[in-house]
Amino acid sequence: MPHHTVFEAKIEHLQILDETGKLDKKLAKDTLNNDQVVYLYEQMRICRALDDIAFKLQRSGRMGTYPQNKGQEANAVGSALAMVKGNDWIVPSYRENAALFMHGMPMHMVIQYWMGDERGSQFPDGVNITPLSVPIGTHMLHATGIAWAMKQRKVKDAAVITYFGDGATSEGDFHNAMNFASVMQVPTIFYCQNNSWAISLPREQQMNSATVAQKAIAYDMPTIRVDGNDIFAVYKATCDARKRAIEGGGPSFIEGVTYRLADHTTADDASRYRDPKEVEAWVERDPLIRTRMYMESVGVWDDKKQEELDTRAETIVKEVINAAISVPEPDKADFFNYMFKEIPEDLKIQRDTMRTTSIGRNPSQIGLKAQPAEAH
Amino acid sequence: MAIQTLVGAITSTLDQALAADKDIIMLGEDIGLNGGVFRATDGLQAKHGKDRVVDTPLDESGIMGTAIGLAIAGMKSIPEIQFEGFLGPAYDQLVNHAARMRTRTRGAVTVPMTVRVPVGGGIHAPELHSDSPESIYAHSPGVKVLMPCTPYDAKGLLNSAIKDPDPVIFFEPKRVYRTFKEEVPDEYYEIPIGKAKVVSEGEDLTVVTWGATMFQALEAIDSLPEDVSVELIDLRSIYPFDMDTIAESVSKTGRCVIAHEAPLTCGMGAEIAARVMEECFLNLEAPVQRVAGFDTIMPYYKLEHEYLPEAPRILQGITECLAY
Repeated sequence: MPHHTVFEAKIEHLQILDETGKLDKKLAKDTLNNDQVVYLYEQMRICRALDDIAFKLQRSGRMGTYPQNKGQEANAVGSALAMVKGNDWIVPSYRENAALFMHGMPMHMVIQYWMGDERGSQFPDGVNITPLSVPIGTHMLHATGIAWAMKQRKVKDAAVITYFGDGATSEGDFHNAMNFASVMQVPTIFYCQNNSWAISLPREQQMNSATVAQKAIAYDMPTIRVDGNDIFAVYKATCDARKRAIEGGGPSFIEGVTYRLADHTTADDASRYRDPKEVEAWVERDPLIRTRMYMESVGVWDDKKQEELDTRAETIVKEVINAAISVPEPDKADFFNYMFKEIPEDLKIQRDTMRTTSIGRNPSQIGLKAQPAEAH
Repeated sequence: MAIQTLVGAITSTLDQALAADKDIIMLGEDIGLNGGVFRATDGLQAKHGKDRVVDTPLDESGIMGTAIGLAIAGMKSIPEIQFEGFLGPAYDQLVNHAARMRTRTRGAVTVPMTVRVPVGGGIHAPELHSDSPESIYAHSPGVKVLMPCTPYDAKGLLNSAIKDPDPVIFFEPKRVYRTFKEEVPDEYYEIPIGKAKVVSEGEDLTVVTWGATMFQALEAIDSLPEDVSVELIDLRSIYPFDMDTIAESVSKTGRCVIAHEAPLTCGMGAEIAARVMEECFLNLEAPVQRVAGFDTIMPYYKLEHEYLPEAPRILQGITECLAY
């Protein structure tokens, strides 16, 4: 056969809970029970409350730049529930806070991080999360490497999930991470939160591909596109991917189609580049709205419960902010002390004198007494 | 005790390391079945397994990035970048990720990793196979940078690098991979990172050098008149570096010549010269002289010996510094 098809591919799309809160019962079988749905809804609501208060803090000058998660929470909570806390690893970008909280990251640490304090990434032992990653796409290779170590050490029943956006899939390291994971057949789940916008660049200008999910086909990786605002679809796709991963089936790819309802960060003004009509259409597809409609339709939620949750969320995030702002100021010695496990003598001198000038370090050279390092 | 070349000492050290610690994993291009393009890993895959001496896809960023992930998860990764000219694609992972992980997590996540990289010119290689980028990495906080040039030092420093809990770049001067042999003990030993070696003691002038240039400096010193006494220091550790040994020597001799293959401007010689000026100011008899590569692109090999700071140029530098 001189000319024939050697490879064909297709991309499947999964939606279980639609925009109106209607559940496809057949597809929903063996996915989330109602207790889990309520739990995930609570996680999304609390994360939303944290977004709101973080936004206000930034606007009032009490916090630096902060990227809101608003609109994308279903991706984080649905996938995080499918992963095993303290056992699996999460290698995050910076728009999946709820997943990190569900896996044991103390909530105030994310605020501490965005308040410019490295201790916000000093996670307690047993929290298997790498720090939030501001550079785009570079962390996915670490997810591949961590999963590789699991395979190498024959760790049973463990996998890694890494999150990134549609923009990240243009980066070389995205492809590097996908190829390595595929060649080494390691248990990594690549979760793309396709929110349509990489700051101001729409997806159509980011790529000429019809879907993000199809990029995984080049790496012979099982791949699916899901409604990223549907906790059922997100959960199911991640469960399937994790099952494959721990059974030796290698990496998987999930594209969650979602939308960033807020600006890219508090330093951004999305009205400069986005059509308000587009945003309005996505407000209607807000994962919190549809999950609540579903819960009400099955009788596990009502206005009273909502009111209680709203109050609880407010209390929690206020406590979180208080915890973040009441952390003692960092010691300036710390930015030296953590350069290496044992820091070189030269660095100790810089730390102890807070000087780089040789005369300043030894003023006896010009007949002066040494000044102690400026008190903290 | 065996007589070994630099590359032979590296191979046997890696062999012993793999045998001693099951958490060590080596990864790189052509390092397994082929034993590395310089044969530095010859036989290691056959002995220790395909899963421990891993032939990777041709992707330097991928090698560095997955080596970081492996290290985060508790392995001790030893990635090889085939030539220093191919560090470019891996630079971001090395400098922006490996180097920063400990500090940005305040010690919660660390990257114990030894990056092996053949370095430098003089072997008639194609373009981008002959550079000396050590000062780029010495200028990048969070990584340690080594460049031993003798088999004995290579073994001791490689052991220290592998044991180190932080990322270390281990540059291997490829020009002297096989040109010099010496006795290397069979048993495990370490040479501390950050300690220079006084190769020969002298009174009149100090030469500070490292990498393949050390042997050029030896040749230059050998051709000096017998009444000239030069102290030769092999830096070995580029960062952290041993200023105490240099300052002690230059305070004694009053004259200092620094020789390195890397371009002159912002080369490691510039840092050492500044530190000599700070620490030995009243003892200096002459301005510090730097014999370095030129501030040019490393020429293709027809002209590489014009570029490299070889024995005649080092001799000239020493003679002029003594005459000042």
